[in-house]
Amino acid sequence: MKRTGENQIVVPRKTERRFYGHGIPGVDPGLLAGRLIVVEGADGSGRSTQIAHLVDWLEGSGHATVQVGLKRSTLVSEELERAQQGNILSRMTLGLFYATDFADQLENIILPALKAGFIVLADRYIYTLMARDMVRGLDEAWLKNLYGIALEPDAVFYLNVPPEELVQRNIAKSAALDYWESGMDLGLSRDMFDCFMKYQTTMEQTFRRLQRTYGFHIVDGTRSTEAVNQELRKKIGAILAGKLALTKT
Amino acid sequence: MKTFAEQNFPGRLIAVEGLDGSGKSTQIYLLKRWLELQNLKVYFSEWNSSELVKSATSKGKKRELLTPTTFSLIHATDFADRYERHLVPLLRAGYLVLCDRYIFTAFARDVVRGCPPEWVRGIYNFAALPDLTFFFKADLEVSLRRILEGRPQLKYFEAGMDLRLSADPYESFRIFQGRILEQYLAMSTEFKFTTVDANQLVEAQQVLVRELISKKLNLDSFKRAEGVVVRPVPSPQKKARIEEEVE
Repeated sequence: MKRTGENQIVVPRKTERRFYGHGIPGVDPGLLAGRLIVVEGADGSGRSTQIAHLVDWLEGSGHATVQVGLKRSTLVSEELERAQQGNILSRMTLGLFYATDFADQLENIILPALKAGFIVLADRYIYTLMARDMVRGLDEAWLKNLYGIALEPDAVFYLNVPPEELVQRNIAKSAALDYWESGMDLGLSRDMFDCFMKYQTTMEQTFRRLQRTYGFHIVDGTRSTEAVNQELRKKIGAILAGKLALTKT
Repeated sequence: MKTFAEQNFPGRLIAVEGLDGSGKSTQIYLLKRWLELQNLKVYFSEWNSSELVKSATSKGKKRELLTPTTFSLIHATDFADRYERHLVPLLRAGYLVLCDRYIFTAFARDVVRGCPPEWVRGIYNFAALPDLTFFFKADLEVSLRRILEGRPQLKYFEAGMDLRLSADPYESFRIFQGRILEQYLAMSTEFKFTTVDANQLVEAQQVLVRELISKKLNLDSFKRAEGVVVRPVPSPQKKARIEEEVE
C-alpha cells in the first residue's frame, strides 16, 4: 500500500544545462540535477507573495527548495546596502558590486543546491541587474560578457504589471516610493511620482527587449494572486515533467 | 583599447606593475615625490584601496569566502570605483595620475586563478590604457626573497593558497608568483610595457624612470596655476603622509 501523496510526486526529468557564457571555472553544468526557476518583476508586482505560495506548493509536492534573491550574499550585501544608502557609487561600480553579490550567491547557494537536486527559486536574477544597468547607459555586450557566469534557468517568469498599477500598489503598501525603484539617481524628473512612472516604463521596455534574447514567460501580474499562482504552478509542473522549455519569440 | 592621450584627455596616467617584492611601490613613491616637488598636479592611486569596497574585500579574504570569480569581480568593483570617482575626473582636470598596479594586475592574477582571459579583459574594457606602463622585472628569486624576508607570515590569497598548489604557503607563493610572472611577460609586448630591471639599485632604477618621463611628457604643462592653494588629495592608504605634505 502506498501512502497518500507518494504517487503524486513528479520526479523531474533530466534536461540539458548550460551557462550563458564561460560560466564558473571548474563547474560542470551536467552535474546540476536540480531546477532553477526565476521570478522577475518590479517591486509591487507580487514576486515574493508568488514565491511563498510556490514554496508551499513545491514542498507539499515533495520537492526540496532553496530561495535566493538580490543583495543577499554573505560577501557584499551589507556593504552594498551601505553604499546605496549614501548613493555614492557611480553606475559601473554599483553594477559590478551587484555582479559580485550575484556571483557569491551563485557559487555558494545556487550551484550547490542544484547539485544536490533542489529546486532553486530566484527572486530576480541577472535580468533585473542587466536592465537596471542598461537603463543607466551601460553597454549590453559588456553586460553579456559579465553575466556569462550565470546559469541558464529552467524558466523565467516576468510578472508584468503596468507602472500605473505599480505606483498604486507601492503607495498602498508603504505610503512612499522607493528611491531606487523610482530611478531617482537618473534624475529623470525632480518629482518622485513622475520619476517612478518614467523609470518603470523604461524598465518594462528594457525587459521586453531582454525577453527576445532570454525568453521569459510574460505573466499578467494584474490578476488575483491565486490566478497568477495557478498559471505559474501549471507551467512549473510542465517544466518538471520535461514538457516546457524557455520561450523564445 | 586606447590610451588617455589617444582619447584626448589633458592628463596622463602612469602605471607600475610587477610582482610583490619587485620594488615598484618604492619606485612610484619616489616618482610621486619628484613630481610633487616640481609643483605639478599629481594624484596617486593604489590597487584595492577604495574605501567602500575594502571592507567587503577584507572580510572575503579573512574568512576565505572568495572564489576566483568573486575575487575577480570584487577587485573590478574596487577599480571601477577609483576609476570613475578619481582617475577620470582628475585626468580630465589635467593631472598626472600615478597608479600602483592597473588592469594588468587583474589580467595576470585572475587568469592564473582560472578565470577565462576574454571574460576578465571584457570586464575591464571600460578602462583606457595607461600612457606609460613600467614593468619592474626582478628575478623571481629576488622578489621572493624580499617578501619572504620582510614579512614571513604569508596571507592566504596572497600566497595563492586558494589554488591548492601546495600545502606549504611558501612553496605555494613561489609557484603562484612564477605563474603571474609568466602572464606579465606574455602581456609585455601587447601592452607596450617599459621594462625596468628591478634587480638594480633603487637609485639606478629611479634615474631611468625619471629620464623616460621627462622625455615622453612635457612636464611643464602639468604645473599648478600660480596662486592655487595646494591641498593634497588624500590617497586612501597613505593618510599618514599627507600631514608632512601639508606641513
